[in-house]
Amino acid sequence: MPDEPLLELVDLVTTYRLRRAEVHAVAGVSLSVGAGETVGLVGESGCGKSTIARTIVGLVKPSAGQVLFEGRDLATLPARELRRLRQEIQLVFQDPYASLNPRMTVAALLKEAWRIHPGIVPRRDWDAEVRDLLARVGLRPEHADRYPHQFSGGQRQRISIARALTVRPRLIVCDEAVSALDVSVRAQILNLLQELQRDLGVAYLFISHDLGVVHHLCDRVAVMYLGKIAEIGPKAEIYQRPAHPYTQALLSAAPAVDDWRDVDRAEIVLTGDVPSPLAPPSGCRFRTRCFKAEDRCATEEPALLDRGGGHPVACHFANSTTVPATPH
Amino acid sequence: MTERSPQAYGQPPRDGGLLTRLLEVDGLAVEFDTRKGPLRAVRGVSFHVEACETLAIVGESGSGKSVTAQALLGLVPSRARITAGSIAIEGRDVTGLSDAEWRELRGERIAMIFQDPLSALNPSLTVGYQIAEMFRRHRGTGRAQARRYAAELMAQVGIPDAARRLDDHPHRFSGGMRQRVMIAMALALDPVLLVADEPTTALDVTVQAQILRLLRQRREADRLGMIIISHDLGVVARVADRVAVMYAGQIVETGTVPEVYGRPAHPYTLGLMRAVPALRGTGSTLTAIEGQPPDLAEPPTGCSFHPRCPLARERCREEAPEPRELSHGRAVTCHFAEEVLDDA
Repeated sequence: MPDEPLLELVDLVTTYRLRRAEVHAVAGVSLSVGAGETVGLVGESGCGKSTIARTIVGLVKPSAGQVLFEGRDLATLPARELRRLRQEIQLVFQDPYASLNPRMTVAALLKEAWRIHPGIVPRRDWDAEVRDLLARVGLRPEHADRYPHQFSGGQRQRISIARALTVRPRLIVCDEAVSALDVSVRAQILNLLQELQRDLGVAYLFISHDLGVVHHLCDRVAVMYLGKIAEIGPKAEIYQRPAHPYTQALLSAAPAVDDWRDVDRAEIVLTGDVPSPLAPPSGCRFRTRCFKAEDRCATEEPALLDRGGGHPVACHFANSTTVPATPH
Repeated sequence: MTERSPQAYGQPPRDGGLLTRLLEVDGLAVEFDTRKGPLRAVRGVSFHVEACETLAIVGESGSGKSVTAQALLGLVPSRARITAGSIAIEGRDVTGLSDAEWRELRGERIAMIFQDPLSALNPSLTVGYQIAEMFRRHRGTGRAQARRYAAELMAQVGIPDAARRLDDHPHRFSGGMRQRVMIAMALALDPVLLVADEPTTALDVTVQAQILRLLRQRREADRLGMIIISHDLGVVARVADRVAVMYAGQIVETGTVPEVYGRPAHPYTLGLMRAVPALRGTGSTLTAIEGQPPDLAEPPTGCSFHPRCPLARERCREEAPEPRELSHGRAVTCHFAEEVLDDA
């Protein structure tokens, strides 16, 4: 099976139980990431993108559907197998300070996984391997003996990435991994991620609210809204020919550095806020904010299908490209 | 420019009937007391704002942009103080004002909105009460009348069903709606200047677009002078007329947005532009600015940017550049700006 994806989500549903209700934070998502590929997952807060990250790495259990890694269902694997497979998937968070133990030196943080999982790196090679990893993420050898608080935000994110690399993963899930960084430092980390992919062939599931960063880094992009995928496809198609009204609105709303060139550009401004995932609208989840919504949208949920545009879209009126021009 | 008569603030000076200079900041410096000694967070910044225009102050964390904003409203933290320079609001020097005088001025002539409205609103009072309080305290308006004004304001800033939502507490509002409440409070007393410190940073993209649009509308409708503090070059490109780029406590470049974005004159500005991924068009290569911003307790010698600057040479390490005017209203703080202009 040559083209089997590294990671595959099949109709994934992840539910959080509250006191009186259940929230389907992820409400049936299918998605794959190939070896060495970068897939972007974009959407606004509450769309379920972080829950997907947490489900993939096993921090929460799916309530339905499957997480397959190299075709094997993580839910049905024997514990030992699962432990080994889990090393292949690492998570890098937004806030590296919260995920690095402040009492451990960088060297100790990097060696921790080798202590827990013997057999990855022989003990006699640990120091050399720490030096290699630090060099790989752009830190100096003397950084090994320092503590997380002695580093800037960008350097801490380099440490988290080095730590993710200690177990030689094939997939790194980046959950808003560059969102807390300043522009100049963010570019350093984005370049580092690309360099690591070139050298090590690691795949990324890159979760972000930042459409510019996703555009820069990703091969394919999935746009999520209220727990479901609205549109998914190759980057160029999503950014240049968005077919879902939500994608169109997102791209129109996202500020870009070259916006000053065309200040009178037509802009889609959605009204209202994202509805509560506790009570998603009937039919299409986006219809309450959609500028194309008709009666049908309230009763009939649109399936995620290729509607002639070359990539799957969950909208009854996909490709009807009328974008209302709202004056500035 | 520094008269202190109370009349000055009722009657803004008119500049030949063309432009109204609402704010003039000259050589402002702010220092923090830290255990390591004084930290010079703002090191001599000068700028001005006219009526009906938006000036953006952009910079990364630690650049001094938020401290500058706080100083404009007499809100510098208690362990910080203004050590030099002047701030004139409608021609009145406000740098020496007492707390009581500031309380009178804030809201009346200059107002501020913050990144996180939840921390600026009282969680135990209804939003209607908090907006009405502005009229009651500053204007002595009666309870019923103040409540009517509050409802009108809430409707003006686009809060649906305003009359009914008066009695809701802040936590019942979404992030975007809370920011609208903050804008309503800030505009309640018809100030001439609005300072917005990262007003949309905590909001989702589609809600951010709504708030930016509202700010633009209010600026036109109320002829406000606006200062937007932001780290987001895209947001600035959308809302600002002029921009001041801050680095390590200093303004390194100012000009109109097309001037600065289209043809940066400072290597830091050029670096920022090349470090931001493009949203439209095809893929781009990012050029990162190497290194980290300096520690302001021990700023570098000469030009603050020289340790990260690809153009740095001997002179930059020894001699701090002074701001110099390239053309009318366009200034840069770099010895070798001409080389940057050629490069851009």
